[in-house]
Amino acid sequence: MPSETHIEIRDLRLAYGTREVLHGISLDIRRNEIFGVIGPAQSGKTSLLRCINRTIDFSPEASVAGTITVDGEDVRGAKDLYALRRKIGMVAPLPVGLPLSIYDNVAFAPRCAGMNRKADIDAIVEQCLRQAALWDEVKDRLDSLGTKLSGGQQQRLTIARALSHQPEILCLDEFSIAIDPVTTMRIEDVLKDLRKNMTIILVTNLTQQARRLADRTMFLWNGEIIELGPSDTIFGNSPRDRRTYEYVNGLFG
Amino acid sequence: MSAGDTQPAAQFSFAVRHAKRPAWALIGERLLTALIYACGISAIFFVLSIFVFVFKEAAPVLFSDRFDLRQFLFSEQWYPTSEINKRYGVLAMTAGTFSVTALAMAIAVPFGLGAAIYVSEFCGPRLKETLKIIIELLAAIPSVVWGFIGLTVMSKLIVQFTGAPVGVNILNGGIILALMSVPIIVSIGEDALKAVPDSYREAGIALGATRWQLVWRVLLPAAKNGLLAAVLLGVGRAVGETMAVLMATGHAVKIPHSILDSVRTLTANIAAELGEAPADSDHYRVLFLIGVLLFTITFFVNLAADMAVRGIRKK
Ligand SMILES: Nc1ncnc2c1ncn2[C@@H]1O[C@H](COP(=O)(O)OP(=O)(O)O)[C@@H](O)[C@H]1O
Ligand SMILES: [Mg+2]
Repeated sequence: MPSETHIEIRDLRLAYGTREVLHGISLDIRRNEIFGVIGPAQSGKTSLLRCINRTIDFSPEASVAGTITVDGEDVRGAKDLYALRRKIGMVAPLPVGLPLSIYDNVAFAPRCAGMNRKADIDAIVEQCLRQAALWDEVKDRLDSLGTKLSGGQQQRLTIARALSHQPEILCLDEFSIAIDPVTTMRIEDVLKDLRKNMTIILVTNLTQQARRLADRTMFLWNGEIIELGPSDTIFGNSPRDRRTYEYVNGLFG
Repeated sequence: MSAGDTQPAAQFSFAVRHAKRPAWALIGERLLTALIYACGISAIFFVLSIFVFVFKEAAPVLFSDRFDLRQFLFSEQWYPTSEINKRYGVLAMTAGTFSVTALAMAIAVPFGLGAAIYVSEFCGPRLKETLKIIIELLAAIPSVVWGFIGLTVMSKLIVQFTGAPVGVNILNGGIILALMSVPIIVSIGEDALKAVPDSYREAGIALGATRWQLVWRVLLPAAKNGLLAAVLLGVGRAVGETMAVLMATGHAVKIPHSILDSVRTLTANIAAELGEAPADSDHYRVLFLIGVLLFTITFFVNLAADMAVRGIRKK
């Protein structure tokens, strides 16, 4: 069981304008674990991820208080913001295929990082597409537009892209919302494989998915942590909080 | 809904299934369709009839023995009012139009696109509003005012800084046309960039792109069609502009050798001479033929642009 702290969040408060959506949450995410985050819509799950990789900076009305450290470094004082963001791979609920070819989608981050030897980029593109279980389907048409792929393929493309900068942390935000169950299971297998190399934060609307994959799970509700513990406890018959039991068993209201 | 609650089954009255739209609603839709159809057709009709009219005015001279099409296109001698030796060669004016337009675009495209990128991606919301208002004001300045600025302010500056004998020349006209095209390129280009979904920006940023990398690698490819449209409308303005270039370029019929030479453009020539040419004279008809030539140039520019857009889209 992994135990070293990878991401430390202390008293994180986030407000959009005057409306606070994260009310001072504290948690540790451990190296090489799959950390599940469950909770109803509007709980602040996506906002939490955006605070970690600081894409929250792009919402001018957002104000953040508290600290987040990754590998002991405070993300808000990050010396190299771009390096921080490359440390973190992000997969959005609906696949965002950049208007580029399949190859260029995956080569995007390495190129931004300053890599330009074709052979190196080729190798990364192939490796990431293989890791995302997409290589065999697209290896003959790497030059066609990424947006021409099917929904499930596009989501695997965004996973390949998120892996292209060799992140230490992979955040998945409800990645299976728009894809079929078979593809979902394939990606879940991929994730089990990836956790050898990275920490995975799995935000999911399917509680069963967290149950299948996550080592520990956090139940976030209205910007507060209701319960955080080993998945066995959260999904077992006697979690500490009654609301956890109700939510996990679909009785929440 | 919490555990144990049951809700009564929803009551359907099947009102939707039996609902019927009144007859006038269907007729109204038909009428509207017909009206929109008529609008579309009439747009084509008007453009065609303008072309036919211009061509008809030009035709008698075009098909007469006195007239040599090769001379018209490739001679630089324009002596329409000479008593003994009339010459209708427009090469110098074609060269004038192309040189002024090319210079204007060389200035306006980078400036316009740069400003569009700045306004859309880099500046704060306050400044953005101010800049957009200023840009719209610039777009509303009538062309004769621009011509006036060229004739007075700009020409003095040019004489002062370059030592050219006259300040009304390609440089002057090019700058004036650039100033007129920039607002169009900026405002349409900004719209095109604004239309790129924010999810692209966030995805690019999450992949570690800097703002510039985001612009180069994501926004420009995503907005290329709109940006091309912005540039084309800018070119269109520059090619078709008459009043300002008439005043700013010096009106000399000769093939230019430097940007400090005075030139005359096709449009300016028509504007200046049509009033003086006796109706139905050869001169009058040749001016209409220049109109046909302009039509043809614009047509090919549009065609080329259209093919470029298609080419880009296919990629
Ligand atoms: N850019 C934003 N501006 C204002 N409010 C936002 C923004 N993004 C999210 N919110 C609000 O923050 C709350 C949490 O949203 P979110 O983090 O998306 O929750 P979840 O991902 O759990 O559904 C919601 O009430 C949402 O309306
Ligand atoms: Mg969300």
